[in-house]
Amino acid sequence: MSSAAPGRFDFMRASKDAALAAIIAAGLSFPILALRAEPDIDNRITLQGRWSWLFIAAAIAFAGRFVLALLNVRPRRKPATDEALPASAYRAARFIGPAGLALLFVFPLAMFAALGPQGSLKWIDNYGIQILIYVMLGWGLNIVVGLAGLLDLGYVAFYAVGAYSYALLSTTFGLSFWLCLPLAGILAAFWGILLGFPVLRLRGDYLAIVTMAFGEIIRIVLVNWSVVTNGDAGISSIPRASFFGLPFTAGPNGFAATFGLKFSPIHRVIFLYYLILCLALLTNFVTVRLRRLPIGRAWEALREDEIACRSLGLDTVKLKLAAFALGAMFGGFAGAFFAVRQGFVSPSSFTFIESATILAIVVLGGRGSQLGVALAAAVIIGGSEILRELDFLKQIFGEDFDPTQYRMLIVGIAMVMMMNWRPRGLVATRAPTIALGERRAISGALVKEGHG
Amino acid sequence: MSEALLSVRGVTAYYGNIIALKGVDVDVGQGEIVALIGANGAGKSTLMMTIFGNPRARDGAITFDKREITRLPTHEIARLPIAQSPEGRRIFPRMTILENLQMGAALGERARFSEDLDRVFTIFPRLKDRAHQRGGTLSGGEQQMLAIARALMRRPRLLLLDEPSLGLAPLVAKQIFEVIADLNKSEGLSVFLVEQNAYHALRLAHRGYVLVNGAITMAGSGAELLASPKVRAAYLEGGARKAAPTAASPEAV
Repeated sequence: MSSAAPGRFDFMRASKDAALAAIIAAGLSFPILALRAEPDIDNRITLQGRWSWLFIAAAIAFAGRFVLALLNVRPRRKPATDEALPASAYRAARFIGPAGLALLFVFPLAMFAALGPQGSLKWIDNYGIQILIYVMLGWGLNIVVGLAGLLDLGYVAFYAVGAYSYALLSTTFGLSFWLCLPLAGILAAFWGILLGFPVLRLRGDYLAIVTMAFGEIIRIVLVNWSVVTNGDAGISSIPRASFFGLPFTAGPNGFAATFGLKFSPIHRVIFLYYLILCLALLTNFVTVRLRRLPIGRAWEALREDEIACRSLGLDTVKLKLAAFALGAMFGGFAGAFFAVRQGFVSPSSFTFIESATILAIVVLGGRGSQLGVALAAAVIIGGSEILRELDFLKQIFGEDFDPTQYRMLIVGIAMVMMMNWRPRGLVATRAPTIALGERRAISGALVKEGHG
Repeated sequence: MSEALLSVRGVTAYYGNIIALKGVDVDVGQGEIVALIGANGAGKSTLMMTIFGNPRARDGAITFDKREITRLPTHEIARLPIAQSPEGRRIFPRMTILENLQMGAALGERARFSEDLDRVFTIFPRLKDRAHQRGGTLSGGEQQMLAIARALMRRPRLLLLDEPSLGLAPLVAKQIFEVIADLNKSEGLSVFLVEQNAYHALRLAHRGYVLVNGAITMAGSGAELLASPKVRAAYLEGGARKAAPTAASPEAV
């Protein structure tokens, strides 16, 4: 390591470090920042130099690296040990779950009381429901990726199957949401098994590629099979869900009239909020229970070492198919919910970037950790929603500045920081499912990946 | 040999088009310890894996307890009272020792679990002290104990052990071999042992086989093979010279 004592400023080393970082930054950003292809009057492409941009990027890298080096902030080279978190953190973690749950149940009502029907709509819909959809998707994918260790890059396919199942069944056959919800889950599970069969023998990177292709196949079929799916235009005017038979309309038979409330569209939004909250909690409940059952433990063992599993007499084919089917089923539920919330589905909602976002949530949160996945969903989805609120930045950077364009940049930075400081995700512990005496949490650090 | 518990007859196995076993005959009798020795790449581990159907035997027959198991799927073979402690131990590193043992009993009757747990903890008291530790944090010898304990959780009649001394300090390896001998004596457990450590394996075993390039070239009692000049030249002379000072001063290695 460095010869300088920790804590003491070492300007020489810091400037050397920073100069190197600036050179690398300049080299990397040269083609994207310094060169700009622009059509001229005759519509010919000309190359223009933007050398000031390159200089600014290098200067930012220099300054950032200089400060980091000066303060001796270094990414930990060796993995964290069991002592990475103090015991108080584990005790605190026990209260985060119930406290967060209580907060989630109170959230829409508190917002409604504080901001009224107009002001609270954005918070409940854009933040609450949106985040909870991704929490549910993250938890669903966590069964496949976190527990069974099968890297699935095409999870959005099952989301799409669920959404289109509800959209088609309700618009064609007039089936109600409550009937379609389990059907969407069953159909998605069926597709999960269908995907599972060809990929049974694949692992790791190869599995990721095939599942990614599967996700694209589903989307491309949705685009091109326009007789059924209406292609790119999508399916609109999907019926809305009712509250045990009471529609959310202004009419005399509506929800508001029956309960003696003044009609407001916020009722439906609050109802949808609680619906997705219950669906997400169902996903969590099933996952937590399964972990305690032999099948959940077998999934975790499968993630660690497939050959050992087979030598112990576990049928890995059935285990993998069950993981795919169950994960897909919850994706299907979430998809049906998505369709009923939007009232409109089109293939553009189910692009690869959605799969990548869901996987990023699972990886950032810590594979296998329910709490971590929920936190990561709140950070990534909530964070990109907050970018919409940053309109005041237009006064600084000009009218053309759109903060939402920087969403992926922020996700990327978050990923890099995670890989450096918490390589196993926000919550990298896993609680053992059996104990002789007191239960203990186990850090996921220090242990190599299973090569099963 | 008609009452052999495990009998392997003329088994061939391939990796793709490459032949790994060329008609192997091996018997393990009830209550017997049988050692299979051979050099790297001779096919020892392949034979172990082929008994479990992965890779599957292309010709020949494997019978266990008078039942032909050559074509049974791997997980169904594992449901018979045959347990395997695979090469490289292959414990589940992120799961606790208790969970690892639970995986070993995944197919057993749940009522017997605590009884079986007590039994393996009596055999390996060290595992009990560390029951809540992750498998990956154990030392090599403890991991090997865990792998054997996990295999014993299903009360096998036949235990297949693939290189239990791999990567272990000689003293630890000796402990493991002692445990195997004890299990054989006290419970009549049949053991089929694959080893590179020919000296220890043959001393422990009632009978032994020598596997060279996928074919059995010699068979006999452990003592006979130990005394055989061919075996000594091929597998022991190098090892014996190393083994001799080891017994006196294990720190030297």
